[in-house]
Amino acid sequence: MVFHYFGKYILLIQAVFRKPEKYIIYKNEIFREMVSIGLGSLGIISIISIFIGAVTTVQTAFQLTSDLIPKSIIGGITRDSTILELSPTICSLVLAGKVGSSIASQIGTMRVTEQIDALEIMGINAPGYLILPKILGGVIMIPMLVIVAIALSITGGYLAGTASGAISSAEFIQGLTTDFIPFTLFVAMVKALIFAFIITTVSAYQGYYTDGGAIEVGNSSTKAVVISCIAILISDYVIAQLLL
Amino acid sequence: MIEVKDIFKKFGDNEVLKGITANFKPGVTSLIIGSSGSGKTTLMKNMVGLHEPNSGKVIYDERDFTSLDTKERIEIRKEIGMLFQGSALFDSMTVERNIRFPLDMFTDQGKGEKLDRVNDVLERVNLAGKNKLFPSELSGGMMKRVGIARAIAMRPKYLFCDEPNSGLDPKSSIMIDELVSEITKEYDITTVIVTHDMNSVMGIGEHILFLHQGEKWWEGSKDEITSTDNKELNEFVFATKLMETLLKKK
Ligand SMILES: Nc1ncnc2c1ncn2[C@@H]1O[C@H](COP(=O)(O)OP(=O)(O)O)[C@@H](O)[C@H]1O
Ligand SMILES: [Mg+2]
Repeated sequence: MVFHYFGKYILLIQAVFRKPEKYIIYKNEIFREMVSIGLGSLGIISIISIFIGAVTTVQTAFQLTSDLIPKSIIGGITRDSTILELSPTICSLVLAGKVGSSIASQIGTMRVTEQIDALEIMGINAPGYLILPKILGGVIMIPMLVIVAIALSITGGYLAGTASGAISSAEFIQGLTTDFIPFTLFVAMVKALIFAFIITTVSAYQGYYTDGGAIEVGNSSTKAVVISCIAILISDYVIAQLLL
Repeated sequence: MIEVKDIFKKFGDNEVLKGITANFKPGVTSLIIGSSGSGKTTLMKNMVGLHEPNSGKVIYDERDFTSLDTKERIEIRKEIGMLFQGSALFDSMTVERNIRFPLDMFTDQGKGEKLDRVNDVLERVNLAGKNKLFPSELSGGMMKRVGIARAIAMRPKYLFCDEPNSGLDPKSSIMIDELVSEITKEYDITTVIVTHDMNSVMGIGEHILFLHQGEKWWEGSKDEITSTDNKELNEFVFATKLMETLLKKK
């Protein structure tokens, strides 16, 4: 059964990457999706990131009670946990909820109102026209959002750490800049890229194969979020195993 | 001309089309009628390739559509216009962009040329000047007319309409029927309409196909339909009081 759905998913992805009818129209759609996914999610990602950074710093400080460990380590821990895990994964889980449900319900509605049939009848490759811009929009913008998230998390951590007196400004910055491994940023970008692909394709698949009416569109949207989240967590583990 | 040859279609164990054969000619409005569930929509979807028949052929002017691959089908699809039951307008686009969309995708026409075509077809469906409205701002009848405008924007050789009158008041229904039938004559289109509306049958029924439980039960014109002794067809035709009363008056 799982193989049946996976096969259908692969076939859909294949259809998505067929040659576009007119590049200019696809280009415009891609820009539209980039704006909608990128700018549309910037607010929520910013708020979440600042708090994640703040909480990480405060809690790390709380756990480091020994006087033998230099306080600057708090900065390093905040930096690494943010880059490696918190920013890419939590942002993607949130985006699965926000972007994924919107993709699934948008495409699902087009399916049940026969708009997808209308595209097919015109001779347009509906999967390509509807889904490709969303995949590209996501794959371009979600890694950028993760970079923003990382920057804001560290900023949040700095503000919370210094404001609460847990760590001084100089110590935090010293921690941040000591032993930084650029490879962790690379891992974060790989995660963001793969999670973006998962969110957009899984949600598009759920929407595309909606059958019925308004209730089914709702179901597809819920399924899109749940399955995306699970797939993100599984691949998070796999990437960590493979790259670290 | 569209030739349908011995089409069979099953959904699981449910045999919906049991060997349908029919010809549809250019310049003629053909109606596929029958009660709900008789397989009308399924027949139409098999003709345009939204469903694959289990066996049988659909031939568009000597081109065997059923045996073509996706790429080759697209060439025929560009000659097909379709009006959907719920209009199926793209709700993220204005009326103008809806109609222009196939032109944008498939032609190299300039902006002005495309706008001329849009305004042309909008005028043809009596919606001149409604370019900038969104589908959500239109009534059901207006949406259908935009649907027709979009379907004819590419000057199709074949036009399909699924229940063009559903959800419309009698006056708007007649308007849509007459519009489609006029356009069919004007551009010599091969038009196929699925309907269960007897008003349409009596209004524009030049060529009528009556489906009953997935079979072609009767074929003829509106002049013959009231005088047939086909039992199932009579039950369908005289299901409403209106038809009976009208005939008695005659
Ligand atoms: N996609 C489908 N999957 C399964 N059964 C279907 C599908 N489409 C239609 N059917 C079945 O085919 C029969 C005929 O349906 P349809 O062609 O829509 O009838 P009509 O348009 O004449 O009302 C019905 O019994 C319906 O349940
Ligand atoms: Mg039907």
